[in-house]
Amino acid sequence: MTAPIKFYQTGTFTVGNRLLSPEQRSVQSSLERSNSLNSGHRACQGCGEALGARYAVDAAMRATQGQLIAANATGCLEVFSTPYPETSWQLPWIHSLFGNAAAVGTGIAAAMKVKGRNNVRVIAQGGDGGTTDIGFGCLSGMFERNDDVLYICYDNEAYMNTGVQRSSATPAGARTATTMAVGAEPGAQFGQGKNVPLIAMAHEIPYVATATVADLHDLETKVEHAMSIRGARYLHILVPCPLGWGAASQDTIKLARLARETGLFPVFEAEGGEVTAVTKIRRRVPVEEYLRPQKRFAHLFGAKGQQQMLAGIQARADRNIKRFGLLDVETAE
Amino acid sequence: MNMQKPFAITLDPGSSLANKTGTWRTERPVYVDRLPPCNAQCPAGEDIQGWLFHAESGDYESAWRHLTRDNPFPAVMGRVCYHSCEGVCNRGKIDAAVGINSVERFLGDEALKRGWQFKGPASESGKHVLVVGAGPSGMSAAYHLRRMGHRVTVKEAGPLLGGMMRFGIPKYRLPREVLEAEMQRVVEMGVKVELNTRVANIATAMQEGHFDAAFLAVGAHIAKRAFIPAKDSSHILDAISVLRSMEGEDQPMLGRRVVVYGGGNTAIDVARTAKRLGATEAIIVYRRTRERMPAHDFEVEEALEEGVMVKWLSTIRQAGEGALTIEKMTLDEKGNPQPTGELETLEADSLILALGQDVDLSLLEGVPGLEISDGVVQVDAATMMTGHPGIFAGGDMVPAERNVTVAVGHGKKAARHIDAWLRGTQIAQSVKHAPATFERLNPWYYSDAPKTVRPQLEMARRTSSFDEVQGGLTEDNALFEARRCLSCGNCFECDNCYGVCPDNAVIKLGDGKRFQFNYDYCKGCGVCVAECPCGAIDMIPETV
Ligand SMILES: Cc1cc2nc3c(=O)[nH]c(=O)nc-3n(C[C@H](O)[C@H](O)[C@H](O)COP(=O)(O)OP(=O)(O)OC[C@H]3O[C@@H](n4cnc5c(N)ncnc54)[C@H](O)[C@@H]3O)c2cc1C
Ligand SMILES: Cc1ncc(C[n+]2csc(CCOP(=O)(O)OP(=O)(O)O)c2C)c(N)n1
Ligand code: SF4
Ligand code: SF4
Ligand code: SF4
Ligand code: SF4
Ligand SMILES: [Mg+2]
Repeated sequence: MTAPIKFYQTGTFTVGNRLLSPEQRSVQSSLERSNSLNSGHRACQGCGEALGARYAVDAAMRATQGQLIAANATGCLEVFSTPYPETSWQLPWIHSLFGNAAAVGTGIAAAMKVKGRNNVRVIAQGGDGGTTDIGFGCLSGMFERNDDVLYICYDNEAYMNTGVQRSSATPAGARTATTMAVGAEPGAQFGQGKNVPLIAMAHEIPYVATATVADLHDLETKVEHAMSIRGARYLHILVPCPLGWGAASQDTIKLARLARETGLFPVFEAEGGEVTAVTKIRRRVPVEEYLRPQKRFAHLFGAKGQQQMLAGIQARADRNIKRFGLLDVETAE
Repeated sequence: MNMQKPFAITLDPGSSLANKTGTWRTERPVYVDRLPPCNAQCPAGEDIQGWLFHAESGDYESAWRHLTRDNPFPAVMGRVCYHSCEGVCNRGKIDAAVGINSVERFLGDEALKRGWQFKGPASESGKHVLVVGAGPSGMSAAYHLRRMGHRVTVKEAGPLLGGMMRFGIPKYRLPREVLEAEMQRVVEMGVKVELNTRVANIATAMQEGHFDAAFLAVGAHIAKRAFIPAKDSSHILDAISVLRSMEGEDQPMLGRRVVVYGGGNTAIDVARTAKRLGATEAIIVYRRTRERMPAHDFEVEEALEEGVMVKWLSTIRQAGEGALTIEKMTLDEKGNPQPTGELETLEADSLILALGQDVDLSLLEGVPGLEISDGVVQVDAATMMTGHPGIFAGGDMVPAERNVTVAVGHGKKAARHIDAWLRGTQIAQSVKHAPATFERLNPWYYSDAPKTVRPQLEMARRTSSFDEVQGGLTEDNALFEARRCLSCGNCFECDNCYGVCPDNAVIKLGDGKRFQFNYDYCKGCGVCVAECPCGAIDMIPETV
């Protein structure tokens, strides 16, 4: 590209930027954002899931001019937002079961089609447990039939709502209530778990993407793009959980940023099963920097430490970097 | 609602807004303005972050108006200020300091190009203040006093405005049309100037003119002498006279080999001037080493680049006809130069002494209450008032660093206190904001200065050197440079806090109006504090 370089102090790293043209500003910077998930919800202080949900649903609301219905799996996002009879949701929203959000989404989409209301769009959403474990069959079916639903997984890497149990998205080495920090290889086992974004790609659905709460513009762009497409779409958002990760509440965004900058959480897009774009690492950091502030990894450090496990986690980051091409050629060693 | 309820539903749907999660909080975020290091450092007290904020959006006139609230001479500053602000700029810890001085110059030049003028006072106070000396300090005071509505008369001994900026600082660093234009703009506010008018005695002058107060800024113009045994025929001059005569019709006759004695900025300027006048050799003789030279190193560097030579660790013992006797020195443990007895001869058509200046205090004779020590007038550092009520002083004639920016700062401070004194009020001691330290920033959010622009930018920063041949920044570069500012400790409306709050507890008040916390819902997680790029949010414990 030979476009002249413009310099805007913070570019699009910040939520807004008074120096950018209004079209380049985020939904979240706008006074008119819909605040789909309103104040008064009961999520913990600094909850990444609450933040990620507002980011994603507000963007989808804008993309559909508010003609949006959401189906929600059981999990923190549902429990903290709708203690009967209150709700934080400012859009039509339905909760059915832990494992069937994708199927409910499919049903709503089918109903809208029958009624000829093609302008009304559907999202289905849930936590990593509801998505990668119990809801996986419904999800795979939704993909396979190419149902017109955007499924959003808020990945906080465990079953948080029921007290931090391991899910198939829990990273190796992490302590949870069901993967205690005991024994020779404390925490979650190496060599287990599954990568649902890649599995979604294997269904060759129109659109698959990953994102984090640390890069708002990227997340919003992906939601907007997803809503411009018909058919099954999947968005997997990393949402740090201060409670489950044993992290300080103010570190939520920092941790999401570090997850990406280490290479542990690759941020990319795929269409029809092919990776079409990756977000490059801006300032590469070793995995320690990401792991240390989280108590769920505390057993990897200190006097006893787990050098080998640390090396294993670093190797996973390195593999992602290679596999997805996360580093610019010049900055790669 | 009278609507029939579905099975097992007994309550109306309500909004979670009924749930005031603010009660969970143990700490609360509060918006603050912190003092950026650049602002704290500027001797003229400029709100650098504040005027850069306007410059960033390309609103140069607002930037200039904001800047000139504190300092009326940005075009001069952008050329002669030693910009200590850049030395403490937080961006220096990321890549390189913001080119504050070069943006300042750009704004100053832009104002001259566009003919921006100062507004006169809103109302007249009826008081009349005498300013003695039309150097930077006097003219700065005149500007501020006039803005506050006072009648101001400046009496200046010389034929032109500017003081040492006109008769000391050489043209190649400060073009005279720039200086004159910024001086005249103050005059146009309705400041009365009497040139060629030396004040012989301040008490008499105040009485005769019925002045209500006076600000003295006569500078330091008496060249210091050193005893050097000399032949009648040896050609010895002082630097101040040489530089002063550069402003007249006839240029000084210095000869082909010129020796300058001294190690300050004046020595450098006079040596560089001699070079420009055609001297084949301009040699500075200085008693100590380069590290100990009071002149700024970048000035020494520029002089060396231009071919000026320096004899370090040397004194002049004797001045003969066409030659000087030089003695080699050595530094003792305390770093003081000691003679070695080792002599050599240096050919010289003229010798220029640049050994510093004293203040001519004769106008103060007979004024009760004044305290003079070390050859300068003592003032209350908080108000700039001398021991004699109603007589204030600043610039080179009071104890302080001697430079244009300090002089301008004194003029401003004195003006504010003269104003208070005339109105019989006191200026409330303004509590300084806590410092905006680097540790409070979240540098992640600032764009990297794109590499492709860097070479150009290096050039841009180089123009903050005094070499007029280099010219100023282009608009593009000035804008780029302004946007490199991190806005340390002061909200620049990046919307981060508004965006990152998981509880939607930040209220955006609209462009230019900043933000408010909604403590009904803020849980005190601290995400907004951590993600504020510039450290404009504090977290304080809740009182229970
Ligand atoms: C060669 C040289 C280079 C310098 N370069 C720089 C530089 O690059 N950057 C920098 O920041 N500083 C520089 N300085 C220092 C700077 O010029 C002075 O610190 C500054 O000008 C002091 O300002 P002032 O208003 O106190 O006095 P001055 O600028 O000296 O002005 C005093 C004025 O008072 C007038 N006056 C004196 N007595 C009377 C009287 N009795 N009645 C009426 N009028 C009177 C004088 O004619 C003069 O115009 C330089 C100084 C010299 C000598
Ligand atoms: C069939 C069924 N099994 C178990 C549960 C209990 N349950 C509710 S939420 C939850 C965990 C949710 O984890 P996840 O989907 O990752 O969401 P998170 O709370 O972490 O956001 C579980 C096990 C249930 N509601 N339904
Ligand atoms: S447990 Fe985690 S995901 Fe659940 S509300 Fe708390 S911070 Fe959010
Ligand atoms: S970055 Fe801007 S506000 Fe901060 S010290 Fe530098 S010039 Fe001042
Ligand atoms: S986060 Fe941005 S908008 Fe909020 S206070 Fe800081 S600078 Fe201002
Ligand atoms: S991010 Fe929101 S909830 Fe957290 S401290 Fe800031 S305003 Fe309060
Ligand atoms: Mg989960």
